[in-house]
Amino acid sequence: MSGILNSSIGRKFAMALSALFLMVFLLQHFSINILSVLAPDTFNDVSHFMGTFWVIQYLLQPVLILGVIFHFVMGFVLEIKNNKARTISYAKNNGAANSSWMSRNMIWSGLAILGFMLLHFYDFWVPEINIKFIEGDMSGLIDPNNADSGYRYLEHLQHKFVDGWRVALYVISFVFLALHLLHGFNSAFQSIGANNKYTKGLVGFSKVYAIGIPLGFIFIALYHFFNH
Amino acid sequence: MDLKLKIWRQKNANDKGKMVDYPISNVSPDMSFLEMLDVLNNELIEKGESPVSFDHDCREGICGSCSLYINGEAHGPDRLITSCQLHMRTFKDGETIVIEPWRAKAFPVIKDLVVDRSAFDRIQHAGGFISVNTSGNTIDANTIPIEKADADDAFMAATCIGCGACVASCKNSSAMLFVGAKVSQFALLPQGQVEATDRVLNMVKQMDEEGFGNCTNTGACEVECPKGISLENIARMNREYLSASFKG
Repeated sequence: MSGILNSSIGRKFAMALSALFLMVFLLQHFSINILSVLAPDTFNDVSHFMGTFWVIQYLLQPVLILGVIFHFVMGFVLEIKNNKARTISYAKNNGAANSSWMSRNMIWSGLAILGFMLLHFYDFWVPEINIKFIEGDMSGLIDPNNADSGYRYLEHLQHKFVDGWRVALYVISFVFLALHLLHGFNSAFQSIGANNKYTKGLVGFSKVYAIGIPLGFIFIALYHFFNH
Repeated sequence: MDLKLKIWRQKNANDKGKMVDYPISNVSPDMSFLEMLDVLNNELIEKGESPVSFDHDCREGICGSCSLYINGEAHGPDRLITSCQLHMRTFKDGETIVIEPWRAKAFPVIKDLVVDRSAFDRIQHAGGFISVNTSGNTIDANTIPIEKADADDAFMAATCIGCGACVASCKNSSAMLFVGAKVSQFALLPQGQVEATDRVLNMVKQMDEEGFGNCTNTGACEVECPKGISLENIARMNREYLSASFKG
């Protein structure tokens, strides 16, 4: 087993596992965010639990961050290695004749998602860390001195979707996320060797996931923009 | 038909190479693509110029020699054929046809449109075989019962002619469809089980050492393969490799 990550298939496998992990996380993230539309109070309660329960904060969150970093770094490593495998380009190459745009441009959709994540971290993660660990306020309340002021999470979310430019950036990023997932979902299963009689059904499910989840995030962003 | 050809010319492996324009007239739509190149070469020889070098042998889609990247696709725009099976009726009168060699670091150009595909041979040498005693006591293969579905899949994988279109078409110059087919044709049969672990580990190791890229599952290889080798073979190789790696 030693050196498996030094092989092309091992790297594919690791990339696929990190992708599957992130797709599970994305589903969980969406499930909580949609509560901000369907059940705002529950959204606040779940957000407070997620933000204060030590297992999530100190065990799962670092694993998630490592998973994200690994996926991006491995993506760049694979892109560099793949570019080295063809040093002279074709004068004429008709890639559209045999493969989808999404499959040929994973690096660009991935870079768009990376850019979005920097904005998303700046919008939500950095302020959260600041309030909890710099200011030392673990109450989750709008006014930490007033127990009746309610949780701050929904208000923070709504505040972020006031600016049209930010909502536009989020919407564009989710379109890139959909493009990335439209190839990435199936590709991950192919990489772990799961190409069998269930593949046809998996392809259908992957399209539902790849379009449905980003579309759901777009809906949430637009909902809060038009209802603030 | 009158055509404008843009052909990659390169004197030798060290030459920089460039695209050169060649107008050609009176091309019969019933000619094969290689026959059209034969006509061009006759004209070049009559003019005292160097003919265009290109690989060819059987000219009936079996040997996999005719490695031509035509108008941006391996073996041209038609499906499930090699360049020698491509006919000029596929093109329009007055069309410009761009002809290039396979492009991959692992397939260096030897001259013009001829590339060195010995990397595939070395991958085969690393494990693409079964060690059968052929001293006269060989057991007839048909005495071993094999499920029809497995036999069909193994035979399908074995139709790979090693032309390299998969590598040429892949944006990463990955050889995984070729290696996947060669691994699969044995992995599906009982005769291949004895050396299964070493086979896949050694063939993938050699593939990586040759400098082929990583598969990103675009599926271009499957579409351009003249024998219709399926991506299922890559998934099977991935399973075989991961299983073999964990076994040690």
